[in-house]
Amino acid sequence: MRPEKTIYESAIERGVSRRDFLKVCTALAATLGLDYSQSGKVVQAMETNKRIPVIWLQLMDCTGCSESFIRSSHPRTENVLFDMISLEYHELLSAAAGHQIEENRERIMEQYKGEYILVVEGNVTDDEFLTVAGHSALESLKETAKHAKAVLAYGSCSAFGGLAAAKPNPTNAKAVSDVVRGVPIINVPGCPPIAEVMTGVIAHVITFGRLPELDRQGRPKAFYKLRIHDKCNRRAYFDAGLFVESFDDEGAKVGYCLYKVGCAGPTTYNACAEMRWNGGVSYPIQSGNPCIGCSEKNFWDEGPFFTRRAKIPGTQTTINPEKVGLYATGATAAGIAGHAALTAMKKKKDEKANSEKNSSQEG
Amino acid sequence: MTERIVVDPVTRIEGHLRIEADIENGVIKNALSSGTGVRGLEQIVTGRDPRDVWAFVQRVCGVCTTTHALASVRSVEDALDIKIPRNAQLIREIMNEAQFVHDHVVHFYHLHALDWVDVVSALSADPEETSKIAQSISDWAKSSPGYFREVQQKVQKVVDSGQLGIFANGYWGHEAYKLPPEVNLLAVAHYLEALEWQKEIVKIHTILGGKNPHPHYVVGGMATPIDINRDNSVNASQLTQISEIIDRAMEFVNKVYIPDLLAIGSYYKDWLHGGGIQNYMSFGDFSTGDVRDTKLYRMPRGIILNGNLNEVLDIDLRDPEQIKEFIDYSWYTYDGNSGGGKHPWEGETTLKYSGPNIPYKNLDEEEKYTWVKAPRWRENPMEVGPLARIMVGYAKGQPEIVNIVDDTLNKLNVPLSALQSALGRTVARGLETALIVQWLRNDMDALLNNIKNGDQVTFDRTMWDPDNWPKEAKGVGWMEAPRGALAHWVGIENGKTSKYQMVVPTTWLASPKDNKGQSGPYEAALKDTPVIDPDQPIEILRIIHSFDPCLACAVHLTDLKNKKTTEIKLS
Repeated sequence: MRPEKTIYESAIERGVSRRDFLKVCTALAATLGLDYSQSGKVVQAMETNKRIPVIWLQLMDCTGCSESFIRSSHPRTENVLFDMISLEYHELLSAAAGHQIEENRERIMEQYKGEYILVVEGNVTDDEFLTVAGHSALESLKETAKHAKAVLAYGSCSAFGGLAAAKPNPTNAKAVSDVVRGVPIINVPGCPPIAEVMTGVIAHVITFGRLPELDRQGRPKAFYKLRIHDKCNRRAYFDAGLFVESFDDEGAKVGYCLYKVGCAGPTTYNACAEMRWNGGVSYPIQSGNPCIGCSEKNFWDEGPFFTRRAKIPGTQTTINPEKVGLYATGATAAGIAGHAALTAMKKKKDEKANSEKNSSQEG
Repeated sequence: MTERIVVDPVTRIEGHLRIEADIENGVIKNALSSGTGVRGLEQIVTGRDPRDVWAFVQRVCGVCTTTHALASVRSVEDALDIKIPRNAQLIREIMNEAQFVHDHVVHFYHLHALDWVDVVSALSADPEETSKIAQSISDWAKSSPGYFREVQQKVQKVVDSGQLGIFANGYWGHEAYKLPPEVNLLAVAHYLEALEWQKEIVKIHTILGGKNPHPHYVVGGMATPIDINRDNSVNASQLTQISEIIDRAMEFVNKVYIPDLLAIGSYYKDWLHGGGIQNYMSFGDFSTGDVRDTKLYRMPRGIILNGNLNEVLDIDLRDPEQIKEFIDYSWYTYDGNSGGGKHPWEGETTLKYSGPNIPYKNLDEEEKYTWVKAPRWRENPMEVGPLARIMVGYAKGQPEIVNIVDDTLNKLNVPLSALQSALGRTVARGLETALIVQWLRNDMDALLNNIKNGDQVTFDRTMWDPDNWPKEAKGVGWMEAPRGALAHWVGIENGKTSKYQMVVPTTWLASPKDNKGQSGPYEAALKDTPVIDPDQPIEILRIIHSFDPCLACAVHLTDLKNKKTTEIKLS
């Protein structure tokens, strides 16, 4: 067996120039939310670390997470596949099929015990609702997770149960964390997650050799610490109390806030507004579509999607940045218009608005 | 002597598919196709707001992300008789056409090519020769010897690293691979280029629907506002961006995909296995006006039975006698019975696993063996998808289809019957891509023209409020998805979804036997195929991949009318 090349070596050998390699590292650092001075760490990690073997199990999924993954623009998909990781088992992309691909899985588990990353896409289900290679996919998941360095639960289905777990949950769909124990699990929710978030989490593990900092739901804080609302390009209209009343109305053309047509941005933790989709082109709210909250637990059962949400944001405004995080969600729908109007007033009369924040509370 | 071989998982597809095949004297005598996973989505959408259902069923499949959402909004708009604005029609056409082009290109390079292209053989290619070949078949700019040498070095290093990643343990060196090393290198280079290119075309979805995979839709039109002078609407700059993406897509299809397809195809034109049943069905689509006006379809509608191109039959999706789904070999029950067929309007999904104890070595084709039902048209199994569309369009004399088919058959010097094979299916997919990418250009021009004429409306709000709906309504939304004819049937009662049924392309294709014991298209196509090495059954992958399976779609069929309890019984 030849010794594995470091990421840097394999990139250089594949014809990537030192300059381009550094550019990739800088882009990665930006993706990871590091400041420029930290990009040296990324460079060093890439120069010295091996390509990490990855086993990617697709459970009851739609393959949308795999599709999103291959849309990554920084790092580019090709760099991820051939410079950063060694994707040895992937039902969508692997050349091998049948017993040959199962051999890949067994070989990696044996040869890289405790070193490989297990990616899971799709929800866990009872034995009879999914078999792969004649085996219960649930049992194969447990077996593969046992000696993984970490488990990456890509997408809302593997992180939280997702679509199949929506009522009445006919197949007893569950999250990976409901059945896997004793191995670190990183939840990367979204339906699907943003490509650069998916690859960014892997980049973090490679760069720093440890897991990113996670929140209480097991999500990397770097990408899920803010609500879409906090960085929304329509936020100014929310604060001014200007709302789209119906799709394609005059307000929609101007770019008013979509809250009243169902937008879940105020209660959804994700990086869509900041990173945007498909190389930063747009995201649902920018294109005039209310966010359906696809990275939140149980969002499928929080509908209907196009009527005003029962839960509204608290009083987070740009005027009171120090309060951000203290107030999350939970006031009544009726409070929203009032809140927005107050926010507008707040710009003139900050203190008065502060005293009327009673319509919000920790949700 | 009969030997049973198993391919599970079948990779480079969407979803979970298992193939078992009995091989006798080197030839497949009998094959069994099994979908091994199920989610039961139709039960989940019952009782929900019909305006939300597109988002749920869109997640049936993330590869053909958009098709189920479109079929869903079409079904609700059919039920409520909503006519969407012209701009919304065009935007949806553009998004669907972009989906087809993306899907077909990715299928060819990333899901199917490695059945014909030996990656390892590319290492021994002469890049100079590859360059000459590339320049002889296309004027695509990236074709210098230096470029191909660089690609070759990339592959060499991956191989040398000992970590082959996605190429690990393929059937490399199998004698069924016929391409010279130089053509293999060309294909590998374009595998990598297509991986990069596919990220571009989906930006059309991002601009018009907010993201990809799973862009947004809305019943009644599109939520995406158009105002050429404003920065928060689809404006002049974004429209220009879409136009440029389309031009690049046309270039990629015409200068890379099609020339590669024909070059590779020319080496395999003697391998004409995998034809299977010769019943073809297309619901038709790509209307130049209202989606329900079949006279305006650029992709014609119709049925061909037993390969008889002289007669194209009509289809009625509302007729209870035409489309029925059978469960005689599927893990479901109907009214407590283990067999029979039902029209989707009366459909039922009661899951009942009765397969072998898990883990198992083999399934039994005399018992139930799959989560996929068996849809039939007047009790006939039907092939749907690119080949079916091309055959129906050819038989109906659609001039664009007739021209491109005749031209291609001439170039390859093969008869029409050569299309009725695995390779023919793959060629048909490429030919329709060439047509659809042109329609994408045409529809974008029509959109720009419509906007230029002062129409910036994208949404019809007259039927948005459920208070304006009839107490009861039902509708059907059909379309041609990349993998074939797709339809959703919806029932609405008191503003809620009372029924929901989907009969999707891969259900037609991957279906098991029916009440009469007739095999579905996969099983029929595998039969009589010679297999060189049962341990490396590349022939099975070629045939199955030529259909472009999408199993997540296939196993979510029909719902229960009255929310029956899901019955699970482990054997």
